[in-house]
Amino acid sequence: MELQKFTYDNKLTNYFIWATVGWGLVGMLVGLTLALELIFPNLSGEISWLVFSRIRPVHTNAAIFAFVGNGFFAAIYYSMPRLLKTPMYSKALGNIHFWGWQLIIVLAALTYPFGFTQSKEYAELIWPIDVLVVVIWVVFGLNMFITIINRRVKHIYVAIWFYIATWVTIAVLYIVNNLALPVTLTLSYPIYAGIQDALVQWWYGHNAVAFFLTTPILGMMYYFIPKAANRPIYSYKLSIIHFWALIFLYIWAGPHHLLYSALPDWAQALGVVFSVMLIAPSWGGMINGLLTLRGAWDKVREDPVLKMFVVGVTAYGMATFEGPMLSLKTVNALSHFTDWTIAHVHIGTLGWNSMMNFGMIYWLVPKLFKTKLYSAKLANAHFWIATLGMLFFSIPLYFAGFTQALMWKEFTAEGFLAYPNFLETVTQILPMYYLRAFGGTLYVIGAVLFIYNVWKTAAQGSFVRYENDEAAAKAPAKPKESFHRRLEGRPLQFTVFALVAILIGGLVEIIPMYLVKSNIPTIAAVKPYTPLELEGRDVYIAEGCYLCHSQMIRPFRNETERYGEYTKAGETVYDHPFLFGSKRTGPDLARAGVKSLPNYKPDSWHFNHMINPQKVSPESIMPAYPWLADNEIDLSVTPDKIKAMRTLGVPYAEGFEDIAVDDLKAQYAEIAKGLRSSGIEVGDNKEIVALIAYLQRLGTDVYNNK
Amino acid sequence: MKIVINQLEQIAGVEIYPIISLLIFFSFFLLVTFMVFKTDKNEIEEFSRMPLDKNNDLHDEKSHHN
Repeated sequence: MELQKFTYDNKLTNYFIWATVGWGLVGMLVGLTLALELIFPNLSGEISWLVFSRIRPVHTNAAIFAFVGNGFFAAIYYSMPRLLKTPMYSKALGNIHFWGWQLIIVLAALTYPFGFTQSKEYAELIWPIDVLVVVIWVVFGLNMFITIINRRVKHIYVAIWFYIATWVTIAVLYIVNNLALPVTLTLSYPIYAGIQDALVQWWYGHNAVAFFLTTPILGMMYYFIPKAANRPIYSYKLSIIHFWALIFLYIWAGPHHLLYSALPDWAQALGVVFSVMLIAPSWGGMINGLLTLRGAWDKVREDPVLKMFVVGVTAYGMATFEGPMLSLKTVNALSHFTDWTIAHVHIGTLGWNSMMNFGMIYWLVPKLFKTKLYSAKLANAHFWIATLGMLFFSIPLYFAGFTQALMWKEFTAEGFLAYPNFLETVTQILPMYYLRAFGGTLYVIGAVLFIYNVWKTAAQGSFVRYENDEAAAKAPAKPKESFHRRLEGRPLQFTVFALVAILIGGLVEIIPMYLVKSNIPTIAAVKPYTPLELEGRDVYIAEGCYLCHSQMIRPFRNETERYGEYTKAGETVYDHPFLFGSKRTGPDLARAGVKSLPNYKPDSWHFNHMINPQKVSPESIMPAYPWLADNEIDLSVTPDKIKAMRTLGVPYAEGFEDIAVDDLKAQYAEIAKGLRSSGIEVGDNKEIVALIAYLQRLGTDVYNNK
Repeated sequence: MKIVINQLEQIAGVEIYPIISLLIFFSFFLLVTFMVFKTDKNEIEEFSRMPLDKNNDLHDEKSHHN
């Protein structure tokens, strides 16, 4: 058969690699800043756009979408043409994908620090950027699928299945979770409210972990480990089975982020069952990766690439065992809202994602620049520093998590909370935060060595932009083939099949939440927010308060003692978006406004605390938000907000938007008057008063009814 | 759509969902496993060597760890 000649273009692989390297360092440095801000709360020097709660999304998004994202795009642009024996379909689409993706990252970095956020974790981008994400994702998808159709081989190698699953699922998740009603260019409200919004968000959130941080990296693993070890994958059969099992099971696991919350029990049970079952396919992947190196362990001793891969895949195995354990209700009762979660995700990112990226780049850059790695010694040093950095980061946080959770739950012999003051449980774990910052510093030092090494490698070689290859044209399908063989030969049908697999999980889980009324029992006493409270809620979102304060009291005695009545689903029906939070660096605020509860604070306390937390509680690690007393709320948008909320189903009376500003001013004047009587002067329309109004409303509906 | 809504509302215990979903998954899992084991061994061997095709990387033989 005649061989056809064609050429691979390495340009975009090269671009994506350097984007990975650069953004990786940025993401880690922001992470380190955050770790230090938790020790020195006013490190941000009262600069609003450097405060913890505003730059935390910069760190998470940079790590996920910039570092890991660009890393697997590099992997895809390198491995896919070589596995399919055809160049990528379009250079133009590839360029749009690359530059569009970097633009999204820059826009994220330019919006989050200034308070432009949707508040849904890892989906914080405001709606115009979301639209851009969808466009760029479609461009990437087109380029990928047409390349697959153009291929010269019949069988599509398993790595590409993982890429396809990534593309399909992220498209579905991203669109469904970001459905929102725009109010202004920078503000929108999600169409879902409260517990339904929470379910959709964590269905997305968990599957972003699955299909952005796991499946594409498994694809990377299935290509680059065989490459680096120069031997085929341990079991190709296992790879097929664990692929289907993984994508089928993962999509159900989201509700484990909402255990003991107001989510109906059946949905929580689904999340737990599927999370536990996930151990099997996850470990299928880990075993397949590690056993590929059987008989090659002598190479692992010398080759930094394989070392990185081994620790990466091992960390994957640890994190995917820990994940299901954390989703058991008894474990989750302890771990949730603590630093345990932070430790867990960093085993995933610092261990699995980063090590795979490092390994791939150490392997790829010498190839692309036709040279040897500048220094294997330096790479080995990086390996050890990074591994130790990861351990120094995570182990103290595990201790912090256990310690704080146990302190929250401890009762005295007389039946009172042993640590009624939340702050006591924070100061107790501060030493662990120091160690975490040390671990993070180590990790960053390792990353700097990495960058120096790959930079020197590139500098000593010369970039090979084009590589020639040849292959026979694709043979037509044979008439008698098994179903899966035929499926593999048809990428579009394959994609549809994968889509169906993930949709079953999504639909069965989410649709009943909307259709079965008994899932959200309504509470007559729960009323919509006043215009001032609504504005305050938007301030709460913009400042990122939800990143350190939960609004979800779980039905445990220690929580109801500390925070009051546990949170009911019916209380959240007007919350677009939900603000349950996922971490308690500070206390829960779900009932912050209930005067009869032990932790109630008056308006003046909130004012002083926001301006200077340490003046009120010297040991507090909350940063100051003095700008809230200067920034003004934009009253011209208030009527539009009311209208948008009504469109979404919040029962504001027809025409209420016309008197909303007057209503707001009246409530404002009352709070300002109260503050004045405590000796606090506050100007007109300040954000801080709106925020206080919101906090004082929280949780009160149910209590006032009693 | 209304018919679907009514039907779903009448479901006494949606607790059955986890069991149904488990069954769907399990039968699917068995199907995939069955198909995989039916696939020809030589073919599987050939697939698993796809990343190792030497034509892929023209300067692969001089890679640093060989």
